[in-house]
Amino acid sequence: MQVTLRIKRFNPDVPEFQKPTYREYQVEVEPNDRLLDALNKVKWHHDGTLTYRRSCAHGICGSDAMRVNGRNRLACKVLMSELGTKVTVEPLIGFPVIKDLIVDMEPFFEGYKSVKPYLIADDAPSAGERLQSPEERARYDDTTKCILCASCTSSCPITWTNKEFVGPAAIVNAHRFIFDSRDQGAAERLRILNQRSGVWRCRTVFNCTDACPRGIEVTKAIEEVKRALLFDEVQ
Amino acid sequence: MAYHRFDAVIVGAGGAGLMAAIQLAGKANIAVVSKLYPPRSHTGAAQGGISAALGNVEEDHWEWHMFDTVKGGDYLVDQDAAEILAREAIDAVLELEHMGLPFNRTPDGKIDQRRFGGHTRNYGEGPVRRACYAADRTGHMIIQTLYQQGIKHHVNFFDEHFLVDVLFTEDGICCGVVTREIKTGELHVLHAKAVLIATGGFGRVFKITSNALAGTGDGIAIPYRLGVPLMDMEFYQFHPTGLYKLGILLSEAARGEGGILRNSEGEAFCARYAPTLKDLAPRDMVSRFIYQEIKEGRGIDGKDYVHLDLTHLPEEVIDQKLPDITDFARTYLGVEPKKEPVPIQPTAHYAMGGLPTDVDGRVIRDEQATPIPGFYSAGESACVSVHGANRLGTNSLVDLVVFGRRAGRHMLKYIQENSLPPLPREPELRARAEIDAILSRKSGIRPVEIRMAMQEVMMDKVSVVRDGRGLAEAQEKIQGLKRDYASVAIDDRGQTFNTDLLEALELGYMLDCAEAIIVGAIAREESRGAHYRTDFEQRDDKNWLAHTLVYRTSGGIQVRKKPVTITKFEPKERKY
Ligand SMILES: Cc1cc2nc3c(=O)[nH]c(=O)nc-3n(C[C@H](O)[C@H](O)[C@H](O)COP(=O)(O)OP(=O)(O)OC[C@H]3O[C@@H](n4cnc5c(N)ncnc54)[C@H](O)[C@@H]3O)c2cc1C
Ligand code: SF4
Ligand code: FES
Repeated sequence: MQVTLRIKRFNPDVPEFQKPTYREYQVEVEPNDRLLDALNKVKWHHDGTLTYRRSCAHGICGSDAMRVNGRNRLACKVLMSELGTKVTVEPLIGFPVIKDLIVDMEPFFEGYKSVKPYLIADDAPSAGERLQSPEERARYDDTTKCILCASCTSSCPITWTNKEFVGPAAIVNAHRFIFDSRDQGAAERLRILNQRSGVWRCRTVFNCTDACPRGIEVTKAIEEVKRALLFDEVQ
Repeated sequence: MAYHRFDAVIVGAGGAGLMAAIQLAGKANIAVVSKLYPPRSHTGAAQGGISAALGNVEEDHWEWHMFDTVKGGDYLVDQDAAEILAREAIDAVLELEHMGLPFNRTPDGKIDQRRFGGHTRNYGEGPVRRACYAADRTGHMIIQTLYQQGIKHHVNFFDEHFLVDVLFTEDGICCGVVTREIKTGELHVLHAKAVLIATGGFGRVFKITSNALAGTGDGIAIPYRLGVPLMDMEFYQFHPTGLYKLGILLSEAARGEGGILRNSEGEAFCARYAPTLKDLAPRDMVSRFIYQEIKEGRGIDGKDYVHLDLTHLPEEVIDQKLPDITDFARTYLGVEPKKEPVPIQPTAHYAMGGLPTDVDGRVIRDEQATPIPGFYSAGESACVSVHGANRLGTNSLVDLVVFGRRAGRHMLKYIQENSLPPLPREPELRARAEIDAILSRKSGIRPVEIRMAMQEVMMDKVSVVRDGRGLAEAQEKIQGLKRDYASVAIDDRGQTFNTDLLEALELGYMLDCAEAIIVGAIAREESRGAHYRTDFEQRDDKNWLAHTLVYRTSGGIQVRKKPVTITKFEPKERKY
């Protein structure tokens, strides 16, 4: 099938694109092609200057989150058959654009790092593993799935205006440790998330949950962190 | 150009690179260079598990694991290395747990273990539960956990820096690397006492592959161009179960949990070829079984695929133990694995070959195993060799953590004992010339034309089944494509985030990998593990119980043999 990709271009090196400009490309695709395949077709056969990140091509590395027909998607996890014949592709909003569909991820990773996203525990047993029951393991399973794609954070209206807010992805990754029975850093992380930049900025808009390509219940995770703060108890 | 000085530079932030980095963090001044943000590395794609003879759910011993590794590798495995792999796997997996990796658990709270192809109890009696796992995203959890540790230990990451050259002194001592900062196009010289290459595999050489678009062999092609040998490149693993036409992997865990391969007649054909292990025979064999079924007309609808049947598995097994891979079938093929069988075909998956190293990750230059000072490799880019002619499932992740860790520890010792070697004059010259040549070419051949032609011929002539004639054709084709590559031209001439340029460079690296694979495959006149030739169907221990070393020299390409280390297990016929 013939589709028209309407892509928002920006390129500081090229006068034509120094102001963000939409450009249309006609490509022939199969219905079960990924949007990433269509972008590759444009890049490889028509215009090599078109620029986007990608690696795994099957939704597990988190490289290619972008705005597709107004929604944040991974280009490699959405099929052309879902998108119709005219597809608008834009970079994630809320982050500075470097070139075309590539945004500056540094602020995103800074937010992630700020919640101490690593196990805090100094009692590793001398022999064998730390024990954890299947139920304890299940408690934080959902938030271990995060691939740091930034779809959620970029979909959150709070992050568009409040640059201090750590954003949903950082909270998801804090949740992953706060509710891990082996971790002892919950109090520290909760203190960080209790600050002005933390969970209380969240207005429960649910955009993040809708945006997550891993199906993580992002809003629920944020609510659980809020509850832990309110009742001073991790359950 | 920017200049930096470090004790050690690690190129690649997958499991191997990060594991090495963690050994050095806080003890030495290091940098980790990666063309992708570290958690985007392809280690994150690994699904099924990481093996270690913990014996948590049934009796197991590292000797059994070692034996399976040696036999699975069709006896081309260096047994001293396999012993280290199997012994240290236990401690390495526990270390991952201590770092926070969320393994699935047994009812009594220990790390749970599942079956995997080729892993057996008591030297081949039957399948054993050895693979530790986190649902079907074990690699995701490994890359996340190691990246988290990197953050915790304040590792100095050079994210989105692309390796373009490795530097050696006139005496052949490694003294650093050159990278291109992707965002700005600036070249950086990282001057260091030691360099580790951990850049992963090169599955993108083939048309159908489970590998990421970034899996282009950069880190092995660059040293190969400089005269460093590549070992056992002819051994490239095709995983039996890639999604039809897409190559996206459906882990062996699917069969470990009870999934069955069926042909057009609905027959569970693996049992006919491998009566004991059936669907859990090693990958090289199962890929050939599929090839044979298709060749004899029992592909589905007469086409080039068969079915992976999961419909008889309990729903909770699918939802809890195989959620991601069943989701792939739904997303990309529109198939519901609980109700319908999934169309699959073999997919290019794993490079057994690579930069030859010793058990401490030191890259060696010859058949006497002489190390190149300061130059290391670990992970899929390296060939220790623990995988021999065919890697067992779950053993790559073990390889990453065991030998990544050993390489990191050895580097720490090395940098403490050695001083900083001098840089060559104008260290960035070679890289700059290569880049400028591509950027300044006004017209020529588009990279995609060369790339697709390479991928087609490699898939057609150099994959599951090979013969001398086809290999010779492939060799000629690749030589022609290399000539075409000399006039490759791109659209993007800018400095900012020029991925057009990077893709062209990657194509150059892949052509070198393809060349080395074919040279090894032509030389090796036997069938062993993943290298199967219809014109030499038997394994030939008399002549070929040996590794190949492929060198690019000024006088053309040379192949030399390196002996295999045998300690405990004498080569036997491989039956399952
Ligand atoms: C789909 C899939 C499933 C798998 N499942 C399993 C499994 O269940 N069990 C198992 O044991 N094995 C499995 N494997 C194999 C295993 O995952 C890989 O072999 C292993 O993860 C490779 O790790 P690595 O650290 O060597 O490289 P990678 O994780 O591939 O990392 C390579 C790194 O090098 C960097 N890099 C590459 N080129 C450059 C350059 N030019 N400049 C700068 N940086 C560069 C990349 O950015 C990246 O950080 C699987 C593989 C695939 C593809
Ligand atoms: S929570 Fe989901 S949307 Fe947000 S970064 Fe993680 S994977 Fe992406
Ligand atoms: S390319 Fe990896 S998530 Fe899309």
